[in-house]
Amino acid sequence: MAKKTHVATTINGEPMEFLCEARQSLLEVLRDNLAMTGSKEGCNNGNCGACTVLLDGQPVDSCLVLAVEAEGAEITTVEGIADDSRLHPIQQCFLEEAALQCGVCTPGFIVTAKALLDRNPTPSEHEIRFQLAGNLCRCTGYDKIIRAVQDAGKRMAAEARGASTTTNGSPARQQQKQAT
Amino acid sequence: MKAFEYAAPRSESEVLELLSGEAGHTEVLAGGTDLVGLMKKMIVTPDRVVSLSRVASLKKIEADSTAVRVGAMVSLDELAENPVSEFYPAIRQAIDEIASLQLRSQGTLGGELCQRPRCWYFRDGHGLLAARGKDVVEGDSRFHAIFGNAGPAKFVCPSRLAPALVALDARLRILGPHSNDETLMPLEAFYRTPKSEREREFLLDPNQFVAQVILPHPEGRLSASYEVRHGAGPEYPLVSAASSILVERGRVVEARVVLGQVAPTPWISREAIDAIVGRPVTPETAEAAGEAAASVATPLRDNEYKVRLAKVAVKRSLLKAAGLETGGF
Ligand code: FES
Ligand code: FES
Repeated sequence: MAKKTHVATTINGEPMEFLCEARQSLLEVLRDNLAMTGSKEGCNNGNCGACTVLLDGQPVDSCLVLAVEAEGAEITTVEGIADDSRLHPIQQCFLEEAALQCGVCTPGFIVTAKALLDRNPTPSEHEIRFQLAGNLCRCTGYDKIIRAVQDAGKRMAAEARGASTTTNGSPARQQQKQAT
Repeated sequence: MKAFEYAAPRSESEVLELLSGEAGHTEVLAGGTDLVGLMKKMIVTPDRVVSLSRVASLKKIEADSTAVRVGAMVSLDELAENPVSEFYPAIRQAIDEIASLQLRSQGTLGGELCQRPRCWYFRDGHGLLAARGKDVVEGDSRFHAIFGNAGPAKFVCPSRLAPALVALDARLRILGPHSNDETLMPLEAFYRTPKSEREREFLLDPNQFVAQVILPHPEGRLSASYEVRHGAGPEYPLVSAASSILVERGRVVEARVVLGQVAPTPWISREAIDAIVGRPVTPETAEAAGEAAASVATPLRDNEYKVRLAKVAVKRSLLKAAGLETGGF
């Protein structure tokens, strides 16, 4: 049995420690060791994006990250995108607009879309298609996904505006709150 | 994946202590987007993986009046977003062409330059030269070399940044084998066409690693990259070109024209350079430079089409560098 390494991380805001082999990918550890099966394995080779998680805020294909490399990192998986009992606008738009069929690609799209919209809340259709090209979907034909991401961006921007006008806090601070 | 020992040293000299001089024994891990896949497919089977992720000095971008030094562990996104990339449009454009948020934020500059060829015979375990070139010649050569392919190597250099960096005269700071050994090497000298399976496609001993990429100040040179891709997907380009030009009184006085995805190394086109130097950049002269570049191509059975793409890529990279309409996307 190969030697195991102790790794301490934060996953979806909770401190999380695990033991893993050096050759295990972060995806494997999430799914098999930690039973967090939201992140999906599509290709296991960096082509499909189904395994996307945020590593210190950056979208990565977790099948290409060695779990030992996550020492000290903050990881956000699809399980951590919703806010307690309330779905994230991206998730809500995917649901309302039926932007999924089999759903295997969906967690990856949602996490990548969050990374994209956090950088640019109003991307054009072309920008969305281009930036999400690392996420593959074999079912939907993409159109509904693109529309859901675009609408989610609008909703996020509106919520940020709403939050800043209905409270006494400064708009910048409110936006920051929304983003965290 | 074969089991291996993982090491995450904190300094450049500790990295060197952990690297073995024996080929295949240790691998250097940067962003992992290429290496982890190669290990999964057992194309590389190291006993030890040495991660560069904890070496702080490799994550810096430093600029002075003569050059910019970019650490090997700077991610492609960080580089494109750093204000210094404004001076090097060819680099920023090459990164912007990579249509995957994941690969851009996970991929690093050093890893991008040292990634292994995409040749399907290599990725299928037949070795870099795949039966001394016979597999490619008799098999499927659609994506293989159209220049520099007379020997057994038919693969193409996969790096999407190398053409731009060679055009911009980038140098590498290579460390090792011993802790005080440091080599400054022009990037164009780093890549080589292997003649035997024992040779790698770049001049890096197993106990050396790339620490920084040094970009000389452009001093008025204009530059651009142009990729020809099959659709807007995340695939590698079919052909690319990068040009860097110095224009004085309306004429090109100095030029570097470098093609990508066409040869086992980034391909500096002397023919295109000779064709454009002394002339103004116009659609006609740029086209003539493209023709000149393509005139020495030696396509294989299935990749004649790349010769035409090479012409177009050279033409458009020159027009783009000069700030003119390319007629493309
Ligand atoms: S499973 Fe990771 S990219 Fe497909
Ligand atoms: S919904 Fe099935 S792969 Fe996208």
